[in-house]
Amino acid sequence: MHAMTDISTLHYLVLGAALFLLGVIGVLTRRNVVIVLMSIELILNAVNLNLVAFSRYWQSIHGPSALHGQVFAIFVITDAAAEAAVGLGILIAFFRNKETVNVDEVNLLKW
Amino acid sequence: MGPTDLILARPIVLLTLFALAILLFDFWLPKEKKWFNALLAFIGVCFSAVGVHQIQAFIGNTPGIVGMLGTMVVDRFAIYFFYLFLAGTAIAILMSVRYLETENENHGEYYALMLLSVAGMMCMASGFDIVLIFIGLELMAISTYVLVGFLRRDRRSNEAALKYLLLGAFSSGIFAYGLSLLYGLTGTTNLAGIHQQLLHRAFDPQYRPVAIIALVTTLTGLLFKIAAIPFHQWAPDAYEGAPTSITGFMSVAVKAAGWAMLLRILLGSPFQFCGLVSMRDVWVPLLVFVSIATMTGANFAALTQTNTKRLLAYSSIAHVGYMLLGMIALGTATSHDGFDDGFKGILIYLLVYTFMNLGAFAVITSLRHRNIAGDDLDDLNGLYSRAPVEAVLMLVFMLSLAGIPPLAGFWGKYFIFLSLIETKHYVLAALGVLYSVFGLYYYLKIANAMFMRQPEKGEEKLPVSLAMRVALGLTGLATVYIGIMPNRFIEMVNWALGIVQQSNVANLMH
Repeated sequence: MHAMTDISTLHYLVLGAALFLLGVIGVLTRRNVVIVLMSIELILNAVNLNLVAFSRYWQSIHGPSALHGQVFAIFVITDAAAEAAVGLGILIAFFRNKETVNVDEVNLLKW
Repeated sequence: MGPTDLILARPIVLLTLFALAILLFDFWLPKEKKWFNALLAFIGVCFSAVGVHQIQAFIGNTPGIVGMLGTMVVDRFAIYFFYLFLAGTAIAILMSVRYLETENENHGEYYALMLLSVAGMMCMASGFDIVLIFIGLELMAISTYVLVGFLRRDRRSNEAALKYLLLGAFSSGIFAYGLSLLYGLTGTTNLAGIHQQLLHRAFDPQYRPVAIIALVTTLTGLLFKIAAIPFHQWAPDAYEGAPTSITGFMSVAVKAAGWAMLLRILLGSPFQFCGLVSMRDVWVPLLVFVSIATMTGANFAALTQTNTKRLLAYSSIAHVGYMLLGMIALGTATSHDGFDDGFKGILIYLLVYTFMNLGAFAVITSLRHRNIAGDDLDDLNGLYSRAPVEAVLMLVFMLSLAGIPPLAGFWGKYFIFLSLIETKHYVLAALGVLYSVFGLYYYLKIANAMFMRQPEKGEEKLPVSLAMRVALGLTGLATVYIGIMPNRFIEMVNWALGIVQQSNVANLMH
């Protein structure tokens, strides 16, 4: 058990921040829509990690009933699933008309 | 779940039930009877409005009540926004009936998604807990992604939906990250609790860096949803590609919901400070930058547009810039007058904007027939000789959007600039007025096309459905009526904000 306590909330937060940054970089640099969607999932999972880590931290202060973060995380997971479903649906509709998943070729609308 | 909660949730529950009913009945409707979906959706909006009215009667003279285990606050501020969403949605439904038939995409899901997204907006406006606000935001956003891509066979619609989805989901992720940091910082998801904790934590050097990161990420999400520069890129594309009726819906209802959320998180309601208000020393300078960038960028970009929907998208971004000026006045107000007028300015702006912008999109929607998309600036050529009523109405909406005095748009700008002067932001006020005048150029470009040019393809009259006539009539009437007799509406906003004393303009007019 002693080895477990060595992992503090801060470790989780650093991991969460790293995941978040990776996700942001992925969205901004990758050209394949599917990978962009995956990067968005990374961001949302960074959020979940943060929420669960914070929830554990606040549980140690406010007692075991302080579960807001965990509940929030469940909502975020559900939202991520819904977003992915709609995202892939829209991507399929797009692919049917255009035969590409490359964001560089999403270029009909511009000023 | 006490009896109070049932009353508070009634408008949202009714909208959801009607949305499900539409999905169910749609199966039995033959192709030529699809208008029944629109009727059902319209009835749903009316029922929901009755529900809101019941809450209004229930709260009586109190500012509002907190319910649903403290996650929801239905105060006068939220009720004002409920009415605004429902009005915008009702008009957008009227605009859609004939349009969907023309596009041959007349499915029940369209109206169901519209009602569901309004349910999400209501959660955003009345959310008192970041979880509820986030869920409301996502319910609204995901429904809107699908609505933007509703014309499945149209490439522009596909592309708009894809761009909106990718950028929208990205910003929601950043927003959620900010919320998670806020929760970690304060140990609570309740907006009032967050405010309580931040009062000292935001100034504790140990926590300040995290507090600033949380603020910046949250603000990014908020500014994205209201489409302020530099987070605006999705708006012109989504507005141009979406079905025109949905463009109208997005530009008013979705935007108003974004504003309700922004006000609630950054300031709280006029009755109770909550959220990030104690960090206004950080967000006010950021908003000064964003609002100047928004007004500048949007006004210049609008000049070169040749697509009416895209032009109006940039115009709606510019309007966000003016409203953000009101937000700056709110954040720096030291006197009661400056604070009240700033709040009033934003709320009145959203009200008049709902009618004039939906009206403009209704005119563009009515131009869609047979093989003409109707959203090119050239499609408006000679509109006066083809459809004089629509042309005159469009002129009224354009002048109102530009803020010409006897029309509704003037009052929104008046209160925003008044609050800026009261809080001594003279330079910002001057900039705002300058850009408003600047905006007149591209609004009059539309008028020029309608009245001064010859129509290209004959002089055939445009067929306009009954529902569209009602929509055009309502928006036109509201734009003129609010412009000439603003007092009743100003009193309504005063009620929503709990302002008792007479405002300066009311004194002037009596």
